[in-house]
Amino acid sequence: MEKYLNIDHVSIDFPTPNGPFRALDDVSLKINKGEFVSIIGHSGCGKSTVMNIVGGLYQATQGGVILEGKEVNEPGPDRAIVFQNHSLFPWLTAYENVELAVKSIFKGKKSAAEMKDWINHNIELVHMSHAKDKLPAELSGGMKQRIGIARALAMEPKVLLMDEPFGALDALTRAHLQDSLMEIQADLNNTVIMITHDVDEAVLLSDKIVMMTNGPAATIGEVLEVDLPRPRQRLELSDDPKYNHFRSEVIHFLHERHARKVA
Amino acid sequence: MKDKIIQFLELTGFTWFVPLVKLATGDSPKRQLQELAKMVGIPLLAIVIFLGLWHVGAAKVVTSLGQVPGPVQVYEQATILVDEHYQERAKEAQFHERQEIRNAKKLEKNPDAVIKVRAYTGKETYFDQILTSLWTVFVGFFIASLIAIPIGIISGLSNTLYSALNPLIQIFKPISPLAWLPIVTMVVSAVYVSKDPLFAKAFVTSAITVTLCSLWPTLINTAVGVSSIDRDLINVGRVLRLNYLTTVFKIVIPSSIPMIFTGLRISLGIGWMVLIAAEMLAQNPGLGKFVWDEFQNGSSSSLGRIMVAVLTIGILGFMLDRIMLTMQKFFSYDKNAVIR
Repeated sequence: MEKYLNIDHVSIDFPTPNGPFRALDDVSLKINKGEFVSIIGHSGCGKSTVMNIVGGLYQATQGGVILEGKEVNEPGPDRAIVFQNHSLFPWLTAYENVELAVKSIFKGKKSAAEMKDWINHNIELVHMSHAKDKLPAELSGGMKQRIGIARALAMEPKVLLMDEPFGALDALTRAHLQDSLMEIQADLNNTVIMITHDVDEAVLLSDKIVMMTNGPAATIGEVLEVDLPRPRQRLELSDDPKYNHFRSEVIHFLHERHARKVA
Repeated sequence: MKDKIIQFLELTGFTWFVPLVKLATGDSPKRQLQELAKMVGIPLLAIVIFLGLWHVGAAKVVTSLGQVPGPVQVYEQATILVDEHYQERAKEAQFHERQEIRNAKKLEKNPDAVIKVRAYTGKETYFDQILTSLWTVFVGFFIASLIAIPIGIISGLSNTLYSALNPLIQIFKPISPLAWLPIVTMVVSAVYVSKDPLFAKAFVTSAITVTLCSLWPTLINTAVGVSSIDRDLINVGRVLRLNYLTTVFKIVIPSSIPMIFTGLRISLGIGWMVLIAAEMLAQNPGLGKFVWDEFQNGSSSSLGRIMVAVLTIGILGFMLDRIMLTMQKFFSYDKNAVIR
């Protein structure tokens, strides 16, 4: 079967004064449509680099990324990115932030009224309608990230890329947003690649967990299929032996086989 | 209503008046009076002490033009300047009246007579000179901003261009207006030749000198503001595939607006300082020329009149800075930032 997204033997070198530095070495990953994939690894292992290559922000030195039979060479709205630090425009309100994205993508394809409905629909999806006219500075970290997600979803991406989307949030807010994300995912069935360093988050949300070895020349160590039934409930899962099995698999990978020598 | 007034006063930097407004609307009088004493009382006391020291100190220095004037004499000269203004305006009105009557009589005798309307050619009053100075600095500053902001944006976006321009900026930035002036004067005399010039040469020379000196802070601040934009914001633009111009207008300019205004504010301050020197040498009929003429005049009231001009320059400079500060606050998206 032809895969939806194919990361094919990707390597990347960054130029340094002492010659090229190989950050990723021969990363290959195939992702099906509607699959939720997490990439987990220690910090500095190049997981964000993988995402930036799929996003088109970086160019692979060798190999390439193929999405729906087409090679990815530059950034585009079909691969919307949710950044770790929300990256909302601070001078625009929540609504206007989503509007900027929608207007630049659907110009000429949707009427003004359709665009307005679409913006409001996506803001509603992340439960932010009550605060859509506030500036980012007036929103909490979790709310900002919700708007960041709404903006990405509003682009109708083929693949949604999330770079440690909840990394900067406190544990309770994070749990809240994870639940929201699962709810949205059940609805839209997007193809998602999420970078994370949180084991629970990876197991709870993913269909597939990609574990990366440490850099330099990082590559994929193991891929874990998480076949827990959906919808998943945080509380029920915490006592589920299968869930705990997946969890310990990831922990063993990260802290036994590929423990970082220097923290 | 009350909140709106207070908000406006805070935006414009006139926080002194906030307790007054609260007092007028009957908001806990005792606390407002304490606030008022703190905010107005202390600066007022400092001004009184300054005036006292000035009064005592000035009396001890005797120059060839007589005693250095104290606050009282300066105040007298200020009122004289105001009176002169009204007298001159009255003369002007009389002149126009006489002319109209004369022309009307002429037309009465002979309806085909060619009548002449002459403009009044009396000397400028102090207020005319203030307006000339403000207009000159505005034109110079406006041209400078028009050049500096676009160049700043482009060089902030391109490292190559920035390294190309940086040495030039660093060399031209510290040049005094007095060094530019002879060159500007000669170039303007050579290039700006017209039988019926729209602007006087002295005006053009002064304005261009202001431009040359007030260009740099805006340019540097804009470039720094643009180059320090959050990379992620630019990446959002790349994901949306915004073209160069849209990126500049939707992302680059809005996010560097606070820095641009910081630069503009410094530029206007420098422009105002430079202008007085330029006007002295270029003989542009503004405050600088006023000071120079009084200095050459050398009457017993000259020093007092110069001091009126000095204070006027200071107060106007302060007001210009306040206007820029208000605009800076108004355009800044981070309303919580402390801008002084």
